[in-house]
Formats: sequence, structure tokens, C-alpha cells
Amino acid sequence: MTGLATHSLVRRRGERTVLDGIEVSFAGGQLSAIVGPNGAGKTTLLRLLAGLDSPDGGEAVLDGGRVDRLDAAARSRRIAYLPQSAAVYWPLLGCDLVALGRLPHGADLSRPLAPTDTAAIDRALARVGGTPLAARRIDELSQGERARLALARVLATEADVILADEPVANLDPAYALEAMTLLEAEAARGVCVVVCLHDLGLTARFADHVVLLAAGRMQASGSPAMVLQPGVIDLAYGVGFRTVTVDGIAQPIAWTYRRQNPSG
Amino acid sequence: MKTVLALLVVALFLVSVATGPAWWPWRLGEQVGWSIVLDLRLPRAVLGVLVGAALGLSGAVLQAWLRNPLAEPGVIGVSACASFAAVCAFYSGLAAAFALALPLAGILGAAVGIAALMSAVRAGTGTVSLLLMGIAINAIAAALISLVLALAPNPFAFQEIWLWLAGSIADRDLHHILVSAPFIVVGAGIVLMNRRWLDALSLGEDAARSLGVDTRRLGLWLTLAVGLMAGAATAVAGMVGFVGLVAPHLIRARVGFKPGATLVPSMLVGAILVLAADIAVRVLPTSYELQLGVFTSLVGAPFLVRVIRRAQASWLAT
Repeated sequence: MTGLATHSLVRRRGERTVLDGIEVSFAGGQLSAIVGPNGAGKTTLLRLLAGLDSPDGGEAVLDGGRVDRLDAAARSRRIAYLPQSAAVYWPLLGCDLVALGRLPHGADLSRPLAPTDTAAIDRALARVGGTPLAARRIDELSQGERARLALARVLATEADVILADEPVANLDPAYALEAMTLLEAEAARGVCVVVCLHDLGLTARFADHVVLLAAGRMQASGSPAMVLQPGVIDLAYGVGFRTVTVDGIAQPIAWTYRRQNPSG
Repeated sequence: MKTVLALLVVALFLVSVATGPAWWPWRLGEQVGWSIVLDLRLPRAVLGVLVGAALGLSGAVLQAWLRNPLAEPGVIGVSACASFAAVCAFYSGLAAAFALALPLAGILGAAVGIAALMSAVRAGTGTVSLLLMGIAINAIAAALISLVLALAPNPFAFQEIWLWLAGSIADRDLHHILVSAPFIVVGAGIVLMNRRWLDALSLGEDAARSLGVDTRRLGLWLTLAVGLMAGAATAVAGMVGFVGLVAPHLIRARVGFKPGATLVPSMLVGAILVLAADIAVRVLPTSYELQLGVFTSLVGAPFLVRVIRRAQASWLAT
């Protein structure tokens, strides 16, 4: 089973230490969520896990090898990454956007695609319910439909690891639930899924494993029930939480504002 | 579509050879006629294809790389930097002493211009900052050209240079083809080898890197490639603006906006535009032949205005 882990990971930006001694592991077959207030270092951690950035100390490893030292081609086949906002700069056709996920396997969009690539694209589109969007230009689609295709692009790579930065930000509840269900299904297929999330309700419901960051340090790591307790998250967010239990799942709700120290 | 464009290039090439003060020159008899064709018209038509292809492809590459439909060697100041370097080569006497000095200077100038631009703006940057940077680079290059010309001892040379800067492929010979073609061909080859990575850049830098693009190495290759193409083209033809802006726009929708698929058609459309413009300046009833660069600016600048207005209206605007 795939394993992604960090050992005493440190990242600095100038004087500021953005991540300080992060020690965490993410297993294949699980949906892991990285949560924490704005500026906690979630995106920085995800980029280090993706091998897009190199740490100032410690290491991020995939099955024992450092991700930032992996050969770019090999890394691109093993780790699929969905950046925040998932901007697309040209009004591509849906199928072409998804086909970009096959670049790590040698696809060339200027040529007819190989049957294996076409099959992977069709599978990815089918999984997100995006088959009818394949022939549409993405500038004609809604934000939710574009998010579906962005996810299909990531699935098309058929990687062992999926890293997604805020995949449900700006999505309405229907699309947000859909996206989380899709990521949950990928984890169930054995993929190691790691997402940065702001929505603690969705985290409580969908995550198998939650990592709480605040001010560059890992405050807690474990099951949602363990991490998302008012006593634990209150301090990290500087907010008083209450919980509501729905179908046996405790949903934290930010209730009283009492932030004094912005760095938590 | 590529076949149709290629046929158009061939047709305009033949028209270009036939057009001029002496129409259908081959009817003037073997000696005069063939000498006009071989010495005057053929080099001009061949350079039209080379310069047009180089500028069209440079525009397509810069637009894909910067993820901005307004990027173009002229607009962002790359051609002006190449011109400045070429002017320096003229005045230092290097160009006279050594045949390759002119294109090499142009290539160096263009590469420095691109590097300056890329260090100041981040790829995928907004239209406004890109255009402002282009204005700054163009202004610096124009000022430096004026400075060098002011230091020139000979006022006739001054006039000659300004005429050359306005862009033309008239009165060129085999020498000009030989010193530019190899660089343009190599530059085009580098770009075409990297076209898959230009597709990946549609998703932004981070996503492109996660798809296996080594963005730093790609940046070096593209700087070299655009430097070779735009630099060599400017060195032999002066500043021929807007071809790199217009060519990709005319075909982008037809290739589904895929940056990699835009490359070859942009090259062909660039050749078509320059051949057509160069025929037009010969046919237009001006008292002396209009400079090619003047004509492309007259036609291309309003196009730029249109693209800016569209960019503001669309979700691509940043």
C-alpha cells in the first residue's frame, strides 16, 4: 500500500517559519484532510508533499524515497495534484482539459490519442459524471461543472496519490458533497487521497484521518472524532466551537468569536 | 486546415515572386527576367516565409508560455531589444567584419529582452502588468537605440537605420537568408519538441509541474527558441510588429485553443500575413514603397485594441 509521510519537515520563507517540524503519514486507501486556519501552512505542506517545493529541513517521502528528488516524469505518474482554484487559462474543450491528465503517460494533445489514454479519459469522465461535458467549451460551463472536469483531469492520471488543495471551495452544497463523495470513492479504490479543507463539517463526515495545523505546527493528527473536538480546535482557530451530532457524526460549528492572537 | 494554409503560403509565395514594378518578370527575356526573379524577388519571398513563420510561431509560444493572448515579440519589447543589439552590431563595425554578427546580436538582444520580461512578470500574470512591462522594455530599447544613433558620426547612416528599423524585406539577398534560416529552423524545432509542455501550462505553473514539466528548464529552452526566431527575424527584416499577435488569434478557436496545436498553424499564418503584407506594400499606390513594418502596424494595432476589449469582456481577463 502506498505511503506518503513527512519527517521533521521544516519550511521557511525569509524570517518566518511556515512549517515547523511536521511529522505525519498518509496511507493509501484513506481520505486524509489537512485542516487549520488561514495561513496555517496547509498549502505549503501540500506542495511539499507534491514535490513542487523543497523543504528547508526534514523530508517528504513517498514509499521511502524523497518526493522532491523523484524524477519529474516518475513523480507525475505517481502523484496527481489539484491546485487551489484550479484555473484554466484557455477555453479548452472538456475532453482536452481531462486529456491533460494523461501528459505524464506521454499523451500529445496535438496528435490522436492512444487507446489507453482515451480509455482512461472516458473512465475519469464517467466517474465524475462529466461525459456530457466532454464536448463543451469550459468557458460555457458553471463553476461546479468546471470543478467536476478539474477533478476528472486529476483522476485521468490514475496516480497512487491524489493531492487536492481546497477542492470544494466556492462550490454549492450539491457539488461539494459530490466532489467529496468522488474523492472518498478514490480512497476506497486504494488511492492515497490528501485534501486541504476549510469545511470542518465535510471533514468530520468524509475524512478517515485529520491533520490539524496552526501557525506552522501540527496540533493534532488522528480520527475526525479525536481531532475535531472543541477542546482541540478551539485553540487552533481562536474560536469557540460547539458540536451538533448528525447520524452519529459530531459536526463542529464555530460559535463564539474570541480571537486575540492572530497566530493562534 | 494545415494543408489549406500550406497551399496558401505556396500561392502567395508565387504571387510575391511575380509582383513588383516589373510584373511577371520572366517575360522580360532570359537574362533580365531571371536576374530579377533570382536576385530580387526570390530572396524577398523566401524571407517573407521565414520572417513570417518565425514571428507567428514566436507569438504563439509567448502567448502559451505567459498564458496571455496579448504576448507578442513586438508588444512586449523583444523585437525592440533585438533591434537595439543589431544597431549596436552595425555601429561597432562588427556587422561588416563578420557575417553572423548581425543575427547573433539580434538573438542575444531578443533573449535578454525575454529574460528581463520573465524576471519582472510571473507567467500567467495579468494583462495590465504584462503590457506595462512591455511599454517599459520598449521605451528603454527605443531610448538606447536613439542614444546609439545620436553618437553616430554620419547623418545618412542615421536615416538608413531608422528606415531599417521600420521593417522591410525589400532588397535582401541570399546572404540574408543564409544568416537567418538556420537559427529560425533550430528555434522552431526546439518549440515543437516542447509543445506538450505548453499544453500543460494551460493549468498554471504548479499543475504543469505536477504533470512532469520542468518549468525552469522549459523556460530556458523557450527563451533560447524565441530568441533565435525573433532575434534572427528582426536582424534581417527590422521590426515587423503584430504578426505574432494576429497569427495565433486567427487560428486558435479552430484548434480548440490547445496551445500545442496552435504552433504549426500560427507559423503558416505568420508566413501568409507577411507575404501578403509584403505584396500589399508593393501594390499600394504610395510615392515610395511603404515599409513592411509600417503596414503590419497599421493593420495590426487596431487588432490589438480589439483583443484587449475582448479580453476585458471575457473570463480570461485578470
